[in-house]
Amino acid sequence: MNKADWPLWEIFIRSKSGLAHKHVGSLHAADAKMAIENARDVYTRRMEGVSIWVVPSNEITASSPDEKEILFDPANDKIYRHPTFYDIPPEIGHM
Amino acid sequence: MTNEQIFEYALRIGDNALIYGQRLSEWCGHGPALEEDIALTNTALDYLGQATNMLKFAAEVEGKDRDEDKIAFLRDVPDYKNLLLVELPNGDYANTIARQFMFTTWYYLYLRDMANSKHEFFRAFAEKSIKEVKYHWQHSSDWVKRMGDGTPESHTRIQRSFNELWEFHGEMFLNDTLDEAAIAAGIGVDNAALKSEWSNIMYSIMNEATLTMPEDGWFHKGGRIGRHTEHLGYMLADMQFMQRTYPNSKW
Repeated sequence: MNKADWPLWEIFIRSKSGLAHKHVGSLHAADAKMAIENARDVYTRRMEGVSIWVVPSNEITASSPDEKEILFDPANDKIYRHPTFYDIPPEIGHM
Repeated sequence: MTNEQIFEYALRIGDNALIYGQRLSEWCGHGPALEEDIALTNTALDYLGQATNMLKFAAEVEGKDRDEDKIAFLRDVPDYKNLLLVELPNGDYANTIARQFMFTTWYYLYLRDMANSKHEFFRAFAEKSIKEVKYHWQHSSDWVKRMGDGTPESHTRIQRSFNELWEFHGEMFLNDTLDEAAIAAGIGVDNAALKSEWSNIMYSIMNEATLTMPEDGWFHKGGRIGRHTEHLGYMLADMQFMQRTYPNSKW
């Protein structure tokens, strides 16, 4: 990274109360305060949010694409982990 | 207040927003960083929105079959009643930020007081707009601190901007006969009463930013009665080109 560039931040927006923060993208900012302000301007212009989280991108540890097989493939044939074998009483409605 | 007076008073507010919004929109595509470009363009749009509201109201009060677009695009320089500060060229980013900080500090205080107006429209306008302006103030005051307390280059530039713009701030705190009529009617804001609070805010932020607040002295005035700097004419030539060349065009 060019030393003159601002660091990168990952932006999470909660679209309404009760929902989880969702990753919406990333942007550059000199510090956390500026990252929040920039996120407000870049990602909440159309009433998208009620809360913003900003996280320095270099603080995120990501899974490696090389580990895809050992991480995710074993789940492929274990359909019994989905709760599709239970009869849901109609009064419960959609789950 | 007579309808003519209310119209004039509304123009002063609406033209500040219109001309300032137009100026800031010149940064679109030229901001120092993508994020700042979007921030400043958002701010410009906020002011154009305020201008639309206020000039629409002015057109209704005037009752002469003009709408807000006609008022915005078909007047000449002496008919605009904005402060000189907002029509000045943007200069560099430090200059744009210094002006935004000076203007929005005043405008925030002005709207805060206008929220107590006895006139329903002005009150509603103030309550809606102040939320936007508070953010513009926060954005610019943060940048004043970052630049003032930043590198020697950024410090020099923003200090120079304040020094040069300072002679345009006095106009914000004048009350003329129209202001006095508006104050007496419980409709308008006492500009002079905002001065000490404005200066205190300027001082405290500039002090935190390691900047020196310039001394008050002689100042330019006249924008609010239609006497403008040479810069407004050029801006209007740009802004009004389409409507003058293709009259009544809409899109």
